[in-house]
Amino acid sequence: MDLEFDARYDDFRSEVREFLSKHKPPKSLGVAEEEASGRITWLSLLIEHGYWARTIPEAYGGYGAPPDLLETVIMDEEFNRVGVARGFNAQGPSMLVPTLLTHGSEEQRKRWISPTMRGEIIWCQGYSEPGSGSDLASLQTSGTEDGDDFLLNGQKIWTSTADKAQMCFILVRTEPDAKKHEGISYVLLPMDTPGIEVQRLETMSGSIGENSFNQVFLTDVRVPRANVVGKRGEGWKIANTTLKHERSSLNANAEGTLLRLAKLMQKETIGGVPAMASPMYRDRLMKLQARALTMKHHGMRMLTCNLKGEPAGVAGLIVKLQNCQLSFDMAALAIDVMGELGALYDHTKYERERGYWQALSMFSLGLIIGGGTAQIQKNIIAEHGLGLPREPKPAKV
Amino acid sequence: MDFGLSEEQQLLEQTLRGFLAEHVPIERVRELRDADCPNDRSIWSALAELGFAGVLVPEAQNGSGLTLLDAALVAQALGHSATPSPFLASGIMAPMALATAGGTAADAWLEGIGSGDLVMGVAVTELFSVREGAGVQQRGGQLHGRAMMAVDACNANLLLVAIDSETFAVVKTDAAGLEITRLNTVDATRCTSEAVFEGVRPEAVFDGAGDAIRRMLEAGRIALAADALGACEAMIEQSVAYAKERKQFGRLIGSFQAVKHMCSEMIAELEPARSLLWYSAHSFDAMPEETPLLACHVLAHVSEIAREIASVSTQVHGGIGWTDEQNLHFWFKRIANARHLLGGPEHLRDQAAKLQGFAPAA
Ligand SMILES: Cc1cc2nc3c(=O)[nH]c(=O)nc-3n(C[C@H](O)[C@H](O)[C@H](O)COP(=O)(O)OP(=O)(O)OC[C@H]3O[C@@H](n4cnc5c(N)ncnc54)[C@H](O)[C@@H]3O)c2cc1C
Repeated sequence: MDLEFDARYDDFRSEVREFLSKHKPPKSLGVAEEEASGRITWLSLLIEHGYWARTIPEAYGGYGAPPDLLETVIMDEEFNRVGVARGFNAQGPSMLVPTLLTHGSEEQRKRWISPTMRGEIIWCQGYSEPGSGSDLASLQTSGTEDGDDFLLNGQKIWTSTADKAQMCFILVRTEPDAKKHEGISYVLLPMDTPGIEVQRLETMSGSIGENSFNQVFLTDVRVPRANVVGKRGEGWKIANTTLKHERSSLNANAEGTLLRLAKLMQKETIGGVPAMASPMYRDRLMKLQARALTMKHHGMRMLTCNLKGEPAGVAGLIVKLQNCQLSFDMAALAIDVMGELGALYDHTKYERERGYWQALSMFSLGLIIGGGTAQIQKNIIAEHGLGLPREPKPAKV
Repeated sequence: MDFGLSEEQQLLEQTLRGFLAEHVPIERVRELRDADCPNDRSIWSALAELGFAGVLVPEAQNGSGLTLLDAALVAQALGHSATPSPFLASGIMAPMALATAGGTAADAWLEGIGSGDLVMGVAVTELFSVREGAGVQQRGGQLHGRAMMAVDACNANLLLVAIDSETFAVVKTDAAGLEITRLNTVDATRCTSEAVFEGVRPEAVFDGAGDAIRRMLEAGRIALAADALGACEAMIEQSVAYAKERKQFGRLIGSFQAVKHMCSEMIAELEPARSLLWYSAHSFDAMPEETPLLACHVLAHVSEIAREIASVSTQVHGGIGWTDEQNLHFWFKRIANARHLLGGPEHLRDQAAKLQGFAPAA
């Protein structure tokens, strides 16, 4: 353990504080078209100061600092304190960029990483299909060779932000005769290519929060073979890197949410008495605080493993499972504290915090399912983390 | 900049776990449950010889002067092997109180404690929970009253007894007027007793020792959490191993998803708790202002997950898990006893809330 904050870190902390006192983020930092200019200006400013894309090489548009655990902790603490998001939690920066850094060609990295980190390009993830969710490797969307291109045909579903995205990282079957896991390629697909039709699906969270969910239909969609990441047929392996990043990036800011929940409990009154004065609610808050603390420090442990390039083993596989459930449980306490008013939504009179907690509750439920359900996570933990035997294949009938 | 165990700490852990696996296998623990006191002095002497009795004893008193994180790893290894030993009282709490309070008497005892020649039990329950009208008072230079659930006292030479949150005394266990009686719990691996004081003359009284008492409790709570976490580790390891060897319906039970998910849920709780344990123990030496809150949270949280892990890992074993022969219950009961030994989860969470100004201070 070496978590000594020497003078250099004090200076760093003051710098971050000063930055945050001088600069305000845009009102909302979403993927929508109308948010684009505010988003791009803000993210570019963050990169310039090294608070975002900090360890990404300058050649790819990052800040190029060496990895440092304490700097990361300080930035997170300071941004949390003022309730400002440190960067942009979308699928491009959190999933595509790490994948390109590991598997992309030099040309692909130069071309895509910078605009993705600056929020100029919004990406969507084209993995799931109607018949292939948990069993993703059974996917059927085909990529047929045609000169220097592939022609894509098939259907994707549950594609978040496909209606707003300029690009899609998509999995398609390019080697139909290969084994299930060996016939898939990872392709970078411009969403304005002819033959792509996006249909919106309404989500349970309705009017508030990120709720863009879509089906994507592909008919003879032409994409250059040069847009394959890594080798053809290795898409499954590469997708698993992406999923790994998706799962570890779900390191929801538990501490920030807990602070917000504690504030709510001090402000919200029942019979004129703050909810915090109730031993029942308070005990639940303290239980959640302990869990939030475990995940905060577990995050530091995982970060150390990442920075040192050491495998995290089973300790890394449990992160998504634990974080999403914690987030759901924190929202549940907030809703209970607000009691009968906790169900108010759609910016109705008396609604608290513009529906934040109901939206968080539904959003966390989505995260429990998306990117590999809780049950699939438990299978992975058991089989890959603890070495328990795989399910026997059912006999062919 | 590094969140994890150092190479020295990993080595310490390996050495100790290796030693315990060889010298204190579960069969030895089973033998000790019929002893008057499970804290067998030969095991303790061997541990002392390896330097573990004096982990927290300062170097000036010939101890190893290591950090609480090192000590927590020792506690965790002892929990992992369910080893009966006076480590919690004599290895953690008493040395922490004495080293913080200081003075010549304290220094002399510290030396004896570190060498393993002296064992010091602690009687502190009444600091956080008074039952049966217990409590020890000072009158005319003598101690009167009763302390419940004193830890590691019955096979000890000395007993540290808390009088209030600012004062503690040290008495000889064979002092006139002191009667120490073992109180049997479900847990045969840890010594707890009642100490009745009828005009006992103390060897020393430490006044104005609020910091020493607070640090002693914090260290004790973190070490007890480590002990319970070690017990959880052992139970999960045994469950996973059993799931890989037991067959039903013509297949290994570990291939049943229900069994897999039981195991995954246990490990998913254990690993983040380990991270919090490391940080809490580290804070004790490096960021002591953070420790009061962390010590409450880490013990309360580990107590909660440990109860569940103790139950689920027994279920993974089916009927044999419920037998005496299988041995799993030694860990189950060690976890059960630890839960309230230094303040139960409800009390600790209440303390945590008070420390943050969320609840009116008592
Ligand atoms: C909020 C959200 C965002 C998403 N965003 C995207 C996106 O951007 N791009 C994308 O490609 N996909 C996205 N998805 C899809 C997501 O990855 C899938 O929904 C998920 O992998 C589950 O697949 P499924 O919906 O087909 O459910 P199914 O696989 O049909 O699962 C149904 C139930 O069966 C269980 N089950 C299935 N197989 C097993 C098994 N082997 N063992 C135990 N239980 C099993 C599941 O746990 C679940 O409870 C998103 C989903 C959500 C909820």
